[in-house]
Order: sequence, then structure tokens, then C-alpha cells
Amino acid sequence: MALDQSFVGRTYPPTDPYEVGREKIREFAEAIGDTNPAYTDADAAKALGHSEVIAPPTFVFAITFKAAGQVVEDPQLGLDYSRVVHGDQKFAYTRPVRSGDRLSVTSTIEAIKTMAGNDIIDIRGEVHDEAGEHVVTAFTKLVARAAKEA
Amino acid sequence: MTAKISYDEVEVGTELPAQSFPVSRATLVRYAGASGDFNPIHWNEKFAKEVGLPDVIAHGMFTMAEAIRVVTDWAGDPGAVAEYGVRFTKPVVVPNDETGALIEVSAKVAAKLDDDDRTVRVDLTAMSAGQKVLGMSRAVVRLA
Repeated sequence: MALDQSFVGRTYPPTDPYEVGREKIREFAEAIGDTNPAYTDADAAKALGHSEVIAPPTFVFAITFKAAGQVVEDPQLGLDYSRVVHGDQKFAYTRPVRSGDRLSVTSTIEAIKTMAGNDIIDIRGEVHDEAGEHVVTAFTKLVARAAKEA
Repeated sequence: MTAKISYDEVEVGTELPAQSFPVSRATLVRYAGASGDFNPIHWNEKFAKEVGLPDVIAHGMFTMAEAIRVVTDWAGDPGAVAEYGVRFTKPVVVPNDETGALIEVSAKVAAKLDDDDRTVRVDLTAMSAGQKVLGMSRAVVRLA
């Protein structure tokens, strides 16, 4: 069953702030094997012009994807999450995420399409810091593969 | 933000140093914990096969995180990345052995976008087991 087109343009309430911690950034950098000192050493980050250690570019996905869950799990939308795969991902940064940031995400459904029985949904997540300044926008395309006919 | 590469010294076609990133089952477990993505297709072989995958596959976001390292290592400052997007075209299949899989990433400067903003577009290619695992993989980087 095709998804309800009237959901296009719907914006969900901002998420409660996620506080970015130094040790969480370190853990993430270690998990991807990235030894760039800007992720772990405040002095190295400052030498590059940052006020604190910064997070790797894709770190913020953990926060925006959780926020996208508001959309994905919206019972009124009726997406079958067990069939969902990640199609595309894009980030547009105003500045890097850094330790100490308290980030909240506002998710909007940008597009809903049905192609060959697959439901395709585009979600835009706008990430702002505690001062209300824009940090990054995450564009996430999810594909719910067609259910096999019984 | 201070990239170590100067915009003026970069030409269209400039190749960034290519890198290879190994990924084992242990890597995926660590990434699952760090990212909060505990989908069993990334660590449970039985589950992965039941949903039609050949074996456990790497998180697409893990592959995306590795690929951009070619750009951040080159630019010097990870904060120089202004945009980064990919399409997940093929999964990185990670066998349960000591070797695991290898993600091979190359990149080149595809366009100089803005002389005032000093931005370039870098096109990335990410391969694993002879298959292209990321499509439309592009970053916009602000150089010094």
C-alpha cells in the first residue's frame, strides 16, 4: 500500500538536546580507526581553529537517525521498518559538531515516492545547538522494500 | 578552520592519496556500540542470511565514515568538509575470519567550485571485493 502523500512537508517537534561528550567522540573515532588528533586532543583541535575537540563528519548520524525514528515509527505513516534499508545519506555542515554541544534535531518529511512497489522516503534533519545556531543538516533517504506477495 | 591544502595549488584532476580500510566482525561490533546501530544484519550471520543477505554486512554509515577519511587526512582539518553525500549501492560483505573485508577508497578533485569560498568538489570511489559499494559519493571541501 502506497504511503500517504499528505505526510510530505510534515515537520516533527525538535528532539530533546543530545549532549556531545569528549569520550563519546573518542569512542567513535576509535571505532572507525581514525587517529586524527582533532577528535581527541583539544590543543590539536584549537590549532585548527576549533574551540574544542570536534567529531568526525558522520558522527552526527547517530543523533539524526534517532530523530528520524519519530517519522519512521509514526504509526499514522505506517512504514514497515523491518523492510527499510538506507538508500542515500548526505550532510551539509555549517560547522563541525564539537564536544559540549547540546544538539536538537528537527525532522521534516521532504518527499514520499513509490517505485516498483518500494516506498521511498526522504527525511531532512536540521541540527541546531543550544544557542539556536545551525550546525548541520542531514538528508536521509530510506527505502522500504516491497513486501513479497503472500 | 584551517585546511592544510591551499585552494590555489589544487587543480581539477588532482588525486588524493588512496587508502584501504580493513573491516572485521570485531570492527563492526565496536562500530555498533559507538554509533548505537545494533541492527543484527551487522553482527548476526544467521539473521543476515534469513533476510536474504549473503553474510553479515558492514553498516553503510561505517563505509561512509571510512571513505571521508581520505578527504579529512588530505585536507588536514576535518572541519573543512562543508558537504558530504553518498548512495549505498552494494553492501560490504564481512566474512567471519581474521581477514574480514577491505574497503578501498580513491578520490580526486572533480571541480573548483568557488574562488571566493575556496571550495572544491571531491569525487570518491569506494570498492570492496571488486564492487563499487558507494555511488554518487561526493564531498565539498573548503581549502586554505
